[in-house]
Amino acid sequence: MAYRWKNDLKDKDVTDEAAFLNRRQLMVGMGALGAIGAGAMAGKANAGADLEPNSYEDITSYNNFYEFGTGKDDPAAYAHTLTTSPWTVKIEGMVDKPGDYAFEDIMAKMTIEERLYRFRCVEAWSAVIPWNGFELSDLLTLAGVQSGAKYVGFETLYRPEEMVGQNRGTLDWPYVEGLRMDEAMHPLTIMATGIYGKDIPNQNGAPLRLVVPWKYGFKSIKSIVKITVLNEEPPCTWNQTNASEYGFYSNVNPEVDHPRWSQASERKIGGGLFAGRQPTLMMNGYADQVAGMYDGMDLRKFF
Amino acid sequence: MRDLINRMARRVPAWPLYIVGVVPVAYLFWLGINGGLGAEPIKKLEQEIGGIGLQLLVAGLAITPLRRFFGINLIKFRRAIGLLVFFYIVVHLLVWLLIDVQDVWRIWQDILKRPYITIGMVGFTCMVPLAVTSNNWSVRRLGGAWRRLHRLTYIVAVLGAVHFVMLVKGFQIEPLIYLAVILALLATRVPNRRKRAAA
Repeated sequence: MAYRWKNDLKDKDVTDEAAFLNRRQLMVGMGALGAIGAGAMAGKANAGADLEPNSYEDITSYNNFYEFGTGKDDPAAYAHTLTTSPWTVKIEGMVDKPGDYAFEDIMAKMTIEERLYRFRCVEAWSAVIPWNGFELSDLLTLAGVQSGAKYVGFETLYRPEEMVGQNRGTLDWPYVEGLRMDEAMHPLTIMATGIYGKDIPNQNGAPLRLVVPWKYGFKSIKSIVKITVLNEEPPCTWNQTNASEYGFYSNVNPEVDHPRWSQASERKIGGGLFAGRQPTLMMNGYADQVAGMYDGMDLRKFF
Repeated sequence: MRDLINRMARRVPAWPLYIVGVVPVAYLFWLGINGGLGAEPIKKLEQEIGGIGLQLLVAGLAITPLRRFFGINLIKFRRAIGLLVFFYIVVHLLVWLLIDVQDVWRIWQDILKRPYITIGMVGFTCMVPLAVTSNNWSVRRLGGAWRRLHRLTYIVAVLGAVHFVMLVKGFQIEPLIYLAVILALLATRVPNRRKRAAA
């Protein structure tokens, strides 16, 4: 069921796209004033405070998508070789209607809405992104989730002839991720198909990718070709690569550090050379909406 | 070929290196301020400057093997290269302190709790006596001790490469290449010391 999540921002709050394309020039001039502004902002450390969207240019030029290389500018440089049409999502496992779902058929049946979300990478940088997409729960309901199903697993495309980074063993391919069923059915969890009203670019995970805004970004798996509904915890690539650093849950938590760096602060990209850092919010600022799912769990153990 | 290079090296003074060596830093800062370093210029600046420092370190370590195995003598440029390494790492550290983290408490916690940062700081600390003694007066006063002190360069190089290896996510080739090259350059020195001791 779409539209279960209500943004407290209105249409009038959305900044004109053209202004954001000039944002960097504006920031250079405002560098000196920034220090004063930052002090004023510090008092407003709540979820709604900092939802200024990043520019389309920033969002589509600063990406971690190791299928195209490990540099932040590699996906924008190399993702053009990916063909995203035709595209099929295979839905399998504990569902009433397993099968190959064509991307156009999915889009015809889903309600696309705008979602302005915070996005927080495990590397301690962040962005605010105006996604377009549908609730994952709508797609799962379409396929008919059977009772007893506890988890949802996802898989990215494996096509090394089009995804140059897959010819290296940086990670085990194809990339996989997973969520608990309640996380997958949550109103915040979407499948994003666009950014700023345009079709989602290849480097951001075209033609559809997961967005789970209260978790570290690597859980928001891109370019999805398979969804599996199951009753045991599915494998997750970063967790398999290094379980002591990347847990299954990976909820954004300033109180639980990554073994090699602190998670207490983050840098919002697009702020120029003197952007400074901002404090990281518990569950990326969505704690009031998601913390209930983790009641009684030791978040240090289940990181 | 070798004689040509040696002849050219004899004619080119070392001091222009100090000037040329500063240009990349100035250029990177200019790019950073004008949006030329992408959406996250701070980390990019930090990494580019650290990367050049590591490359200069490799260049400095290559000078003795170049002489021993190929007869190419670039020793007179080594001091400039070494001091430039120190300059680049000072700037790398200042970017981290003043533009990246900015918060004294967080800086201190990072140095204590993050192994790759601890290693970086130890490497930097080892560089300070090397920079301070990179002048003719120190060479004269310290004599043989100067040469022994400057073997700290080997440790600095290894620590720098390990610092890089430890800060990337997962298995990435670039930092491992630096480590491999540095270890290879250090390996070329082991038989040399035995030979010199025998002579």
